[in-house]
Amino acid sequence: MADAAANFVRIAEPLGPATELSVKSRSYWSSVLGKLRRDPVTLTCAGILVLIFLSAIFAPLIIPADPYKTSMIRRLQAVGSPGNLLGTDELGRDMIARLIYGGRLSLLMGTLPVINALLIGGLLGVTAGFLGGRVNMLIMRTIDVFYAFPSVLLAIAISGALGAGLMNSIVALTIVFIPPVARVSEAVTTSVRGLDFVEAARASGARSWTIIRVHILGNVLGPIFIYATGLISVSIILASGLSFLGLGVKPPEPEWGLMLNTLRQSIWVNPVVAALPGTMIFLTSICFNLMSDGLRSAMDVKL
Amino acid sequence: MLLYLIRRLVYTIPIALGVTLVVFSLVHLAPGDPISAIAPADAPPEVVERLKKDYGYDKPLPIQYGIWLGRAIVGDLGASVATGERVAAQVMVAVSNTFMLAVAAALLGFSLGLLLGFIAGYSQGGALDRLATGVAVTGISVPHYWLGMVLVIIFSVELGVLPAMGMGEGSSAEWKWDWLHMRSMVLPVITLSVIPLGIVTRTVRATVADILSQEYVQALRAKGLGDRRVLVHVAKNAAPTVLAVLGLQFGYLLGGSILIETVFSWPGTGFLLNNAIFRRDIPVLQGTILVLALFFVLLNMLVDLMQTAIDPRIKRS
Repeated sequence: MADAAANFVRIAEPLGPATELSVKSRSYWSSVLGKLRRDPVTLTCAGILVLIFLSAIFAPLIIPADPYKTSMIRRLQAVGSPGNLLGTDELGRDMIARLIYGGRLSLLMGTLPVINALLIGGLLGVTAGFLGGRVNMLIMRTIDVFYAFPSVLLAIAISGALGAGLMNSIVALTIVFIPPVARVSEAVTTSVRGLDFVEAARASGARSWTIIRVHILGNVLGPIFIYATGLISVSIILASGLSFLGLGVKPPEPEWGLMLNTLRQSIWVNPVVAALPGTMIFLTSICFNLMSDGLRSAMDVKL
Repeated sequence: MLLYLIRRLVYTIPIALGVTLVVFSLVHLAPGDPISAIAPADAPPEVVERLKKDYGYDKPLPIQYGIWLGRAIVGDLGASVATGERVAAQVMVAVSNTFMLAVAAALLGFSLGLLLGFIAGYSQGGALDRLATGVAVTGISVPHYWLGMVLVIIFSVELGVLPAMGMGEGSSAEWKWDWLHMRSMVLPVITLSVIPLGIVTRTVRATVADILSQEYVQALRAKGLGDRRVLVHVAKNAAPTVLAVLGLQFGYLLGGSILIETVFSWPGTGFLLNNAIFRRDIPVLQGTILVLALFFVLLNMLVDLMQTAIDPRIKRS
């Protein structure tokens, strides 16, 4: 919610000088790549994220231990125990296995809502921005209503009403992220629509669809993509937060937020193990944030 | 200015109505009949019918909404399904408890954030700037419910100097402004202040850096103004943007403290919401969310008005 909140303000302001949004040439992209190559922070973050995603996807190949196998005699083993390098949880399940497998659901719950919101919110925003007039009014005023809720509150309200479960959390978070995405894409579309090159394209006989595809999307996708990388960081925290409240996935599924929730009772026995799942959420979230910052400055986009 | 004020008020009304509509619809998002939360599963149909009538669920939806809205406007949020208590009274107590945390966290996070942001904006690229940027990105990336746990581990489990949960001794709801009670605020307040700290630092840094790169600042310097006088100009120009962020962040503190209140068992709105969700107590859920969301709408309007009042660049027509 943090970065989304920061962006609330950024997108509420008019976008920087509209002339910056010209059609980008090939040399633009090579300069972006060049800048990224000289940015160790962004590269490191991208590397860490690739590692986290790959290890979650290929978890069964990497980790032989079963994340569901409980052991009553090996409960809450300390970090560094033989056989359980990062200890065991309150039911004696191996923490390494659960942390790696946990990435599957946590990353899914963190990224899918943003992708959904990108499609739905992007469509709404571009439509509103391109058509303008009453359609814009209708779409954007509806979006304003959802914007009037603090994001955490809206997420909890919707998933609280829908009930716990993976699908319900994803639906709730999608609804939370549609308004900011729609606002950004509406703002960018509106500012691009009035530019000379769009007028020129229209004057030379380009159809609406061609203008949207080439000129509008060409300019909107970059800023939206960067914005979305920042949103994923928020989404990861919120998604695990829902599970932490018992509104996300249900036990015994390994999921970082849910693991934090069930291990919370054990902080007096084994505090280090209890805090471990949070470090994964933190690491993923901070990497997405830093990467978003790096991309933003490399692509020279003002949001 | 008056015209602008009226226009802004008029613009707020449809938003507020939209918010009430969303909150009302929450009942109908819930799986199954809203009655199923109250009536036992094997209740005879006539009992269910009577309950439906008592709660007004037998009428068409628009009429239900009208009745609900009419009552909400005069402050009647109904009664809790689980305890029978008046929702409005419960929400009032919870809001005041949340307010205490939010105000304290805002004071802490805002003042530190303003300070760090200003320093960072002024010393771009320097060590202080890197420190402030680091604090900012950590603040917005840390899962605050986890941070709360970590603080409990350090200060309650390991050092044993601060209470891990609750509001004062035991579970007494009676609040007193003494150390015994106030020390239970320390950890939740620190945890809550981290997000606004990060966001305020980040925004202030970017705003100050942007202003310093403007030509009029160079002109001021060229005119021979000292650093302190220039700072006044920078602060004046940064104020509208910064104010907007502070306002929003305060709203987020109120609406977003549910996770932190759960970690620390703080008897505020988050705690109330959490209980309502797990008891499927729809009136309490609706009432709490309605009050928080309307407060957020109001806050947004106030921030807008104040921003207009202090920023000469915004046209007031």
